[in-house]
Amino acid sequence: MIVPARILHHGTASGDLIRLTAPLSFWGGTDDHGRIVDAHHPQCGAVLTGKVLIMESIRGSSSSSSVLAEQIRTRTAPAAIVLARPDPIIPLGALVAHELYGLATPVVVLTQPAYDALPADGMIQVDAGATHATVTWSD
Amino acid sequence: MQSLHLTAGEEGMLGGRDGDGVALAMRVIVGQARISDAPRLVEITSAHVDSCLYHGQVSLDFAHRLVDLGAKVRVPTTLNVGSTDLLHPELVRDRDLASAGRELMAAYVALGCTPTFTCAPYQLPNRPGLGEHVAWAESNAIVFANSVLGARTDRYGDFLDVCAAITGRAPYAGLQTTEARRGTVVFDCRPLGRFLQSDLAYPLLGHHVGSVVGAGIPVLVGIPADVSEDELKAFGAAAASAGRVALFHAVGVTPEAPAQVDDLPVHEVDLATLREVRRTLSTFSSGELDAVSVGTPHASYAECARLADLVGTGPMLKVPFYLSTGRATRARAVETGVLQALEAAGVTVVVDTCTYVTSIVARAGRVLLDEIA
Repeated sequence: MIVPARILHHGTASGDLIRLTAPLSFWGGTDDHGRIVDAHHPQCGAVLTGKVLIMESIRGSSSSSSVLAEQIRTRTAPAAIVLARPDPIIPLGALVAHELYGLATPVVVLTQPAYDALPADGMIQVDAGATHATVTWSD
Repeated sequence: MQSLHLTAGEEGMLGGRDGDGVALAMRVIVGQARISDAPRLVEITSAHVDSCLYHGQVSLDFAHRLVDLGAKVRVPTTLNVGSTDLLHPELVRDRDLASAGRELMAAYVALGCTPTFTCAPYQLPNRPGLGEHVAWAESNAIVFANSVLGARTDRYGDFLDVCAAITGRAPYAGLQTTEARRGTVVFDCRPLGRFLQSDLAYPLLGHHVGSVVGAGIPVLVGIPADVSEDELKAFGAAAASAGRVALFHAVGVTPEAPAQVDDLPVHEVDLATLREVRRTLSTFSSGELDAVSVGTPHASYAECARLADLVGTGPMLKVPFYLSTGRATRARAVETGVLQALEAAGVTVVVDTCTYVTSIVARAGRVLLDEIA
């Protein structure tokens, strides 16, 4: 299956997907190792490093831009992020990490039907170029 | 998706006309404008920058890159708290954090920001007025600027705030636009009666309203016309922290409050509601306190003077007592003798940072009485 996506930040990545069932704040919600440490989060304990992170929206602090950029720098960030609603905080962290370190972490938004059609697990690929983006997985 | 229109001057900044530092800052502003579906950018008259608080090596790398590329802020820019107290470095327990924090604060001063190091820039002179477009970061400063001053800022944070200061531009989106500033829900506070004369009422009310509205825009009815800015500060900080409130209106008090609220849903707030809020916020019900911390957000001069009166005439303090404030307020307190009175009574006055973001509270500080957190 291949679906079009809106680009929030460019890049190409693939990996095992991890789907969060509640919004996450990177600031305070994840640690230096890319692990979810928010005790109230349903996926607390999960490690996001190298995964394609699927979540409807993010929660909370604008300092999450810094936390994501720092995780990209230390190679503990998700490989790609797929959202259901546009958000300025996450792509800002990706943009700064790209400017400073040349590391491009794709961030895209799917329409709600496409988001709902994503599989529960398995490999998924995100290609976000200059003009268009796609999310691909095998059925 | 709306297409973004840039002026010739903005295109020039993006293309490197004013140097590579300005071009980098403009890429950040334009990128955020596109994500927000902004039709254009808006010129700002001032900025308040929160990026000077250390969140890891990336904080330093970004500031140093801007300095190395020759960037300078082009509007008056104040700085939020940093990760250390530059005037009293011995108070900060984490030496590595203090050292990185000091380096970061210096980098932002090198970019041309004013070393105010306060989360309450609205207590400084030259604050923005009604309808002025600004780019302020820090949730309590944002809600105060929008609500009490009637200036216009969206919710800006790390990286974006300083890029707005360097380009003098922000995306024309969110609370910069008139249509996004209308109230969404009414809180009728009249049943609270005389309790609204107590300064305890405002943090509790803020916590309640923030919890109910989330990111909405509350309209308060029944707030006394003589409510103080310190009380509105406490309300806004608690509402921003419990929800994501970035703007509130208080009928008869704040400059953009509506005259008519008939078409909005209404919540009544009574004493029982606030009593319940107070119960849930108090995690400790009996035994001894280890420390007391006030001044988050930073205490105003009036609050410092009032505290000096209270502790100067009362019995000796039995536990460590911390007051966080801005260095400008501290300087005024030195001139008037308020600082000397506070210190004589045993109060530790912290500046440039606060006890909420930096480990200052002495070793045994487990049970803390804090005014908002």
